[in-house]
Amino acid sequence: MITSKTSKIGDAIVVLVCLALIALCLAPMIHIAAKSLSSMDSLIRNQVGLWPKGLNVDAYRLVLDDGKFVRALWWTGLLTVVGTVLSLVVTTMAAYPLTYDKLKGKKVVNALFIITMFFNAGIIPMYVLLKNIAFVNKPVVLVIPYCLSVFNMILMRSFMCDLPVSMRESAEIDGAGPIRVLLRIYLPLSKPVIATLVLFYAVGRWNGFSDALMFMNVPKYYPIQLLLYNLINAIQSVDTATLEGTVSPALSESLKAAAIMFATVPILFVYIPLQKYFIAGATLGAVKE
Amino acid sequence: MEAHLKGEKGAIAISARSRQASAKRQEAANYLRRYWTLYLLLLLPLVYLVIFKYVPMLYIQIAFKKYSIVKSVWELPWAANYGFEYFIKAFRNRDFLLALKNTIMLNLLDLAVGFPAPIILALVLNELRFKRFKSFTQTIAYMPHFLSWIIVAGLALQVFAPSTGLANNALRSLGLEPIPFLVKSTNWVGTYVFLGVWKNVGWNTIIFLAAITSINPELYEAAAMDGAGRMRRIWHVTLPGIRSTIVVMLIINLGYILGSEFDRPYALGNAMVNDVSSVIATFIYIFGIRGLQFSLTTAVGLFQAAVGVVFLLASDRLAKKYGERGIV
Repeated sequence: MITSKTSKIGDAIVVLVCLALIALCLAPMIHIAAKSLSSMDSLIRNQVGLWPKGLNVDAYRLVLDDGKFVRALWWTGLLTVVGTVLSLVVTTMAAYPLTYDKLKGKKVVNALFIITMFFNAGIIPMYVLLKNIAFVNKPVVLVIPYCLSVFNMILMRSFMCDLPVSMRESAEIDGAGPIRVLLRIYLPLSKPVIATLVLFYAVGRWNGFSDALMFMNVPKYYPIQLLLYNLINAIQSVDTATLEGTVSPALSESLKAAAIMFATVPILFVYIPLQKYFIAGATLGAVKE
Repeated sequence: MEAHLKGEKGAIAISARSRQASAKRQEAANYLRRYWTLYLLLLLPLVYLVIFKYVPMLYIQIAFKKYSIVKSVWELPWAANYGFEYFIKAFRNRDFLLALKNTIMLNLLDLAVGFPAPIILALVLNELRFKRFKSFTQTIAYMPHFLSWIIVAGLALQVFAPSTGLANNALRSLGLEPIPFLVKSTNWVGTYVFLGVWKNVGWNTIIFLAAITSINPELYEAAAMDGAGRMRRIWHVTLPGIRSTIVVMLIINLGYILGSEFDRPYALGNAMVNDVSSVIATFIYIFGIRGLQFSLTTAVGLFQAAVGVVFLLASDRLAKKYGERGIV
């Protein structure tokens, strides 16, 4: 048998590695939070590490005073809600029929989905399409073109395939049609995978950047990531364009930190309650089938 | 007489066949009556798929034609050199060659560092005995995966800032010289790879942890019986137990060797490091969508996608040759 002493040392090493990992993951976020809450004075003197110095919320107040930034937060929130609902509906509509073994043409439909995972036409053909159907610079371009992820569809399908068929069959004997079976049996039982997909789709939309950069040129429809990118790179720093002339670079530093916080915290609000649904890992392991 | 009999038999056969056929029709009608709603459900996803995935495939012809905004894709004149003009141009274009080189370099480094990292971490996490601490570690370690590259770049710019960043402050307090993490090309490459690991190492453990849970526990008992310590159990039971998962993930990663993310290099890049940060995806954006060279950049995109498929199929074939399951 294993001697308990070496095993204890091993356990200690494992715990230390995990603690180091946790610290490494959290340190940058804590650093930003500390900077966003610190006084300009301490930022100039480079005193801020993991704890705010001269606690104040001026940076947050400045960001909230910037109409464009606040508007983008609401707009991205709206896009996220609408996009997530649409994505879930379309994903379910694709995944559920494909759980029927007897469905004729299932193989063809499946192949049509899988092919797009391996081969993709590229950005320019997509851009030409969006131009042709007059989606470019319209709000709809941020919702529809990427509303279905084949990966997520397969995730949902394999979860549903693992549900016992006997339930469906007994419901069918009682005269229930496929839609009824979906609404009454499959969806209620699919809560873990739905929660996982809500997380994936919602975070994906909230984080969406390149589609807006490429297909959306109307500033009032810019999502938060695009604004944040411009702010961080001082391309057209939101209101700091005017501010930066008058105030110190330290303020712009804390302003950027606060802006990052505004973009990050909503993700955590979705992530923390929903993460337990995939933490077991079982659902994601099924994807490789 | 014989002919008559034959005819009769034939008639019986025909009527049997027609009975069979009508039974089949009946069955098909029943089938449709029961399941037509499933096809109705599939309609919307299929329309989506055709419009947003397959119609753009038709537009790939732009790569072989001279693009002009005023004409429809079908009316465009063919490009010179049997349509391959823009592929030739791409391979004579220094910016593209640089982007190609950088794409391969960054992906190889990502593969070398970013591929083993989650396997090792999964092995470590699997050794963690304290259930609640384990799930806490997982919760924290998965989190960076959900931050956008824009946010990560924002964090990195502040953490790695030359004078005020956390990292350089720590170096200074240790009496070391500050490092220009994001503004010098070689350092930038290292930071790029590191941030990729930072963001995804936790998340990528999921698939390996799932594979580990499916290992037969009796194997561990047998190994313990034979006096195997922790390291030997990892080496002789856990690792062989997840080998096929490792191979599948390696295939997928190899298939992606010419793939390129857009957000990551675009958000992390800056004017000082263009010689290493420009990749195929950023090339297509800058020269296509901003520079309007649609034919050239469509050709580049097609080249990238085609090489991706070939690599994927080739590495899949290779894996199968060595007795692994493969993915296709």
